[in-house]
Amino acid sequence: MNFKLHIWRQPNAKAKGHFETYSVANISPDCSFLEMLDILNAQLSTNPVSHPVCFDNDCREGICGMCGLYINGRPHGNDDGITTCQLHMRRFRDGDEIWIEPWRAKAFPIIKDLVVDRSAFDTIIQAGGYISATPGAAPDARNTLVDKHSADLAMDAAQCIGCGACVAACKNASAMLFVAAKVSHLALLPQGQPEAKQRVKAMVFAMDSLGFGSCSNTYACEAECPKQIKRDNIARLNRQWEAAKMS
Amino acid sequence: MTINPNIPQGALPDKWQNYKESQQLVSPANKRKLRIIVVGTGLAGASAASTLGQLGFAVDAFCLQDSPRRAHSIAAQGGINAAKNYQNDGDSVERLFRDTIKGGDYRAREANVYRLAQLSNNIIDLCVAQGVPFAREYGGQLANRSFGGAQVSRTFYARGQTGQQLLLGAYGALSREVARGTVTLHTRHEMLELVTEPDTDGTPVARGIITRNLVTGQLERHAAHAVVIASGGYGNVYHLSTNALGSNVSAAWACHRKGALFANPCFVQIHPTCIPMHGDYQSKLTLMSESLRNDGRIWVPRTKQLAEQLRQGTITANDIPADERDYYLERRYPAFGNLVPRDVASRAAKERCDAGFGVAYDGNAVFLDFADAIARLGKDTVSQRYGNLFSMYHKIVDQDPYSTPMIIYPAVHYTMGGLWVDYQLQTTVRGLFAAGEANFSDHGANRLGASALMQGLADGYFILPYTLQNYLASHIHDGMPSTDTQAFAIAHQEATDRIAALFSHSGYKPSNNTPADFHRRLGNIMWQHCGMARSKQSLTTALQLIGELSQEFHQNLHIPGSADEMNPALDQALHVADYIPLASLIATDALLREESCGGHFRVEHQTPDGETLRDDEHFMHVAAWQHQGSGQPETRLTEPLSYQHINLSTRNYK
Repeated sequence: MNFKLHIWRQPNAKAKGHFETYSVANISPDCSFLEMLDILNAQLSTNPVSHPVCFDNDCREGICGMCGLYINGRPHGNDDGITTCQLHMRRFRDGDEIWIEPWRAKAFPIIKDLVVDRSAFDTIIQAGGYISATPGAAPDARNTLVDKHSADLAMDAAQCIGCGACVAACKNASAMLFVAAKVSHLALLPQGQPEAKQRVKAMVFAMDSLGFGSCSNTYACEAECPKQIKRDNIARLNRQWEAAKMS
Repeated sequence: MTINPNIPQGALPDKWQNYKESQQLVSPANKRKLRIIVVGTGLAGASAASTLGQLGFAVDAFCLQDSPRRAHSIAAQGGINAAKNYQNDGDSVERLFRDTIKGGDYRAREANVYRLAQLSNNIIDLCVAQGVPFAREYGGQLANRSFGGAQVSRTFYARGQTGQQLLLGAYGALSREVARGTVTLHTRHEMLELVTEPDTDGTPVARGIITRNLVTGQLERHAAHAVVIASGGYGNVYHLSTNALGSNVSAAWACHRKGALFANPCFVQIHPTCIPMHGDYQSKLTLMSESLRNDGRIWVPRTKQLAEQLRQGTITANDIPADERDYYLERRYPAFGNLVPRDVASRAAKERCDAGFGVAYDGNAVFLDFADAIARLGKDTVSQRYGNLFSMYHKIVDQDPYSTPMIIYPAVHYTMGGLWVDYQLQTTVRGLFAAGEANFSDHGANRLGASALMQGLADGYFILPYTLQNYLASHIHDGMPSTDTQAFAIAHQEATDRIAALFSHSGYKPSNNTPADFHRRLGNIMWQHCGMARSKQSLTTALQLIGELSQEFHQNLHIPGSADEMNPALDQALHVADYIPLASLIATDALLREESCGGHFRVEHQTPDGETLRDDEHFMHVAAWQHQGSGQPETRLTEPLSYQHINLSTRNYK
């Protein structure tokens, strides 16, 4: 298969970026999207004047959350429930033009080309996205019973990989689904109760102070989440928030 | 040089308790004056950094990803072992210990493995307290499943994402310490050099590290009273593996260059159930969890004609009637069936494929079939157990595993070898510790499934916080460590020179000389000649080819861009520059280990029915290699292993 690629190039955070156009040929339909970019980079490496395109990636099996590209206007490209590294070229047609951009959000400044800085997510977790348990003080695991329904819902929410697609998809660049997933995961479990109120307050405050936008309930985040985390979690977050405010 | 594992006195079950009761402690007021560097934020690194921070030490944690949450522990699928015996099926610390020693083919230290089995239960307690959403039964109790090499159900799991959930627990604990100010995070940083000074007796002591900021390219100096390497394994020396692309050996290798011994490098685990290779552009191999072997049955056609028709694509798996299928694991190993340990399952797959029974286009694949499980349990139950793995498979291979058997083939997955450590997880460099997959200690010649997560977390949450404290207790008078020393200046210069040397060949060259090209070629050599079956001849060939590749690498390497910017090609070049001498060391270690054990299979040493043939008389030891300078042959030292608690036997899963 042959493709024409329009890729966002930007040498560093302060420089002005632009689209550059490249061609790749003889790509196997079984090739993954990032492997296609590897092939492009191999081409660019042998050219004395061009530089390979920088993009984040690591596990290449959809779990680390490192990769994330805006492909033809969709975070992680035109397939559901996948990360960019799980997108395969068989999802495209031979001869397609493909537009590749980094996540666009004020809270995720561009570092270089397609690489953005998502440390704001770490800052939100540091504000309270955990249960304070220490190795010396944990009770025997069998003393904590969790009904299967709550455990399953907690696991659904806990699957978030922190890739940032929800923020990229949102017209307001809101981090609501990311925060909701962590708040829900911990609020659904009995172990999460002692810190529940302070957790939701601290995480929402951190989210607001880091430059993420507000949620206006378009649910673009849910549509693009590679782990298909449900908007119900946002409702749960709002409920936790209201309850915490009242107490 | 002699190496001493420093195993505490007492009966095996009492050793760890004896150690803790006789070790030295550091008072809270002194802890905050002691700095610890932790390299890597996977299960071992994040659990160590968070626990040390929580104790009050000043910790600097480094990772090469943009967030500590992305370390490759995140990709572990199946589960974590513990001797809880919640299933009442006869499990115990003793049994987990014995299974692990036997699974490792009697090449691991008894004392370390016993401690691991003891701590396994504490890990589950802590992880549940952290909110790790382990699978539950309807009554609310924790669920378990079986894994290879065990006849009890002792594996705790969180769907197919156990590593992710455990890592997020550790990452949460780490984040809490970052907020409390005890841990400082350095993301997108890679360690290039270990800084050492000689102690009064000449033994090197760790003083800190030199890192490269992966965004700016700047080299930085970081000083500490102790350094922990938790940077994972070296499976990517094979280029294609189930590891993340960024996983590498460079931090551990930098320690090896400075005097830390590297133990049992030839013990590499090749995992039986991975999605087969499909093209030369391929960047990685995807694992299909061992948990699938709980319900999936592995088979190939009984006849070569049928295999050939499958390869041609004239028939599909579903066209082959039941009596024409060879469930070879069930046939050869009736006691364990499809749940034999990984090394056994991998070799059996290779044996069938080499004999002409392999399926898929190139004959390098076998079937993993869920038809019987779906008939027995229903599609919904199978989907609940393995749904995310099935959809992952579907996306990659473009076939629906609910209706067509999966095709799978072994791939490099985990490395049992690593930095040599004593009972305290201290290397032969004082104040330098190694944890998790980066050390060699607990898995012998083959790791059992669901034991890597257990070991990483045992090291970080429960062992290092004690042993590091014991080391640091004698350093409370050292004062704040400085980076303004001659040792730092030398190490800084070494890092600068190594990078400059890599660029020195970089002019414009025709293609096939990028770091990625050399990495692929090195991986091919290793997979062909030092993979699942090794012989004197193949290893000699490997050494020769690696030598030639090394020369070419240092003459023709072409790195685009420069050193003072974000440059993934340079990152990879630095990794490949370390993989090349490591590859030689693996092949040499494999050549000199004239026996077969666990994942190390020498074709010259096998039983008449093709099983591994150990040589306990000559090789019941750890081979620990000492670096002798760049390009020089390394020295092989040995640590004898003695089994006093366990009876040595031939591993038998039949």
